[in-house]
Amino acid sequence: MFQEIFAFEFMRNALLAALLSSVACGIIGTYVVVKKIGFISGGIAHTAFGGVGVGYYLGINPLLGVIPFSLAAAVAIGLLSKKAKVAEDTAIGTFWALGMAVGVICIGLKPGYAPDLFSYLFGNILTVPTVDLWMIMLLDLLILAIVWLLSKEFLAISFDEEYAAVSGLKTTALYLLMLCLIALTVVVMMRVVGIVMVIALLTIPAAIARMVSRSLPGMMLRAVLLSAFFSICGLWLSFLLDVASGATIILVAGFCFLLAHAWRLFRLSTSVPGLS
Amino acid sequence: MRTAIIECDCLSVDLGGVRVLDGLTLSVGEGDFLALVGPNGGGKTTLLRVILGLERFSAGSARVFGELPGCSPGRIGYVPQRLFFDREFPISVRDLVLMGRLSKKKLFQHYNRLDKERVDEAICLAGLERLIERRIGDLSGGELQRALIARALAGEPELLLLDEPTASIDPQMKTTIYDLIEKLKERLTIVLVTHDTALIGRYVTKVATLNVTLELHEPNPVFPNH
Repeated sequence: MFQEIFAFEFMRNALLAALLSSVACGIIGTYVVVKKIGFISGGIAHTAFGGVGVGYYLGINPLLGVIPFSLAAAVAIGLLSKKAKVAEDTAIGTFWALGMAVGVICIGLKPGYAPDLFSYLFGNILTVPTVDLWMIMLLDLLILAIVWLLSKEFLAISFDEEYAAVSGLKTTALYLLMLCLIALTVVVMMRVVGIVMVIALLTIPAAIARMVSRSLPGMMLRAVLLSAFFSICGLWLSFLLDVASGATIILVAGFCFLLAHAWRLFRLSTSVPGLS
Repeated sequence: MRTAIIECDCLSVDLGGVRVLDGLTLSVGEGDFLALVGPNGGGKTTLLRVILGLERFSAGSARVFGELPGCSPGRIGYVPQRLFFDREFPISVRDLVLMGRLSKKKLFQHYNRLDKERVDEAICLAGLERLIERRIGDLSGGELQRALIARALAGEPELLLLDEPTASIDPQMKTTIYDLIEKLKERLTIVLVTHDTALIGRYVTKVATLNVTLELHEPNPVFPNH
């Protein structure tokens, strides 16, 4: 069965994209979950759509438009909510809509039909070109290197930002760098599940991994494996049923998330007498 | 005269237009054990935050180890209130205590054998050897509190600041925490924020009541010959 599916080059590329993006997704998703910055990540992802529009308007690879755009969004949202007296959700909401608006305007300005823009919103892993695979791999390596170098600092600001500041760390700079890594991860994930659904794949594997992990590296490893599992299952199911791949991946992940929590509730209710 | 570790002179702090600390003058010398008592909202935590360099003051002066607050992170151990943490965070006691070594390390530098030895010592001192691999979510309130104290100790501080270490801990566990603090007072300067006025009497050398203004009781009025 698998041999038959992966005889196609586009399926091999899709599989590689799924595996490569799982690396960034599991590692950065872990920080998103433990630091509870899922909504910020959603904001960065949607702002990135502005970058897709700008890239399309300029006629370059949209990924090249998205990278600077999402990095700028990460820094702006982070600074606005940390330094200016703006409520965090207001800052996020503003950029969320601004980015989408810029994207829509740019696409409208360019004459002609924009066929594959839909795939940036909802993902289309089956059309990932080889050049994007290289770009995803490069971003993976960059994310891995930074997380390895700054593992103790990132752990400290995730667990106890005040203690990190007392210990002499530049917490705002580290936080902004963390948001930038989230932005890069969004770029990586965009091809797989799309801007709209990126937040689910960023949080679900890490959230399930947290239930059974005692350390951040352990949680990251489990999240990477889960993310790869969801992507491959979703890809396979979408091929069998002939439905959209990105959405199927999200459905598989969401279903497993509910299953994991149902299992936990069941265990709690059987282990604590008097609670049912 | 012993060296002054903390010196505040006419220190005032405003938070959101409200004066939380007003004209505070305080000196804590090397080897002192100062207890800060007073009502909630009286500014006890704010004073600790000023000493740590986390809060700015609007008037007066503050010096810690002769420098501006926040300039000597490696010499201060801080034990924040236990109740503010995410108990679900996937971190073991060992990794939590290892965080206490942060102030001794440079950016990008990973923890080495010396750090791990200091962590083991701090964990022994806090009596947590059996729980070293335990996830913090599986600790009792008293055990987590001792782990937070161990984290502060792992950084080999000269000054230890504790913010209500016994808040909502049952009375038996409170005594084990105070026994631990008593062991430390031989070699550390300690500032302790607490509500346990009855329990601390026999440990401390100075008591100050803080309710926007500060009143120092010295020597300790509860046990004058201490």
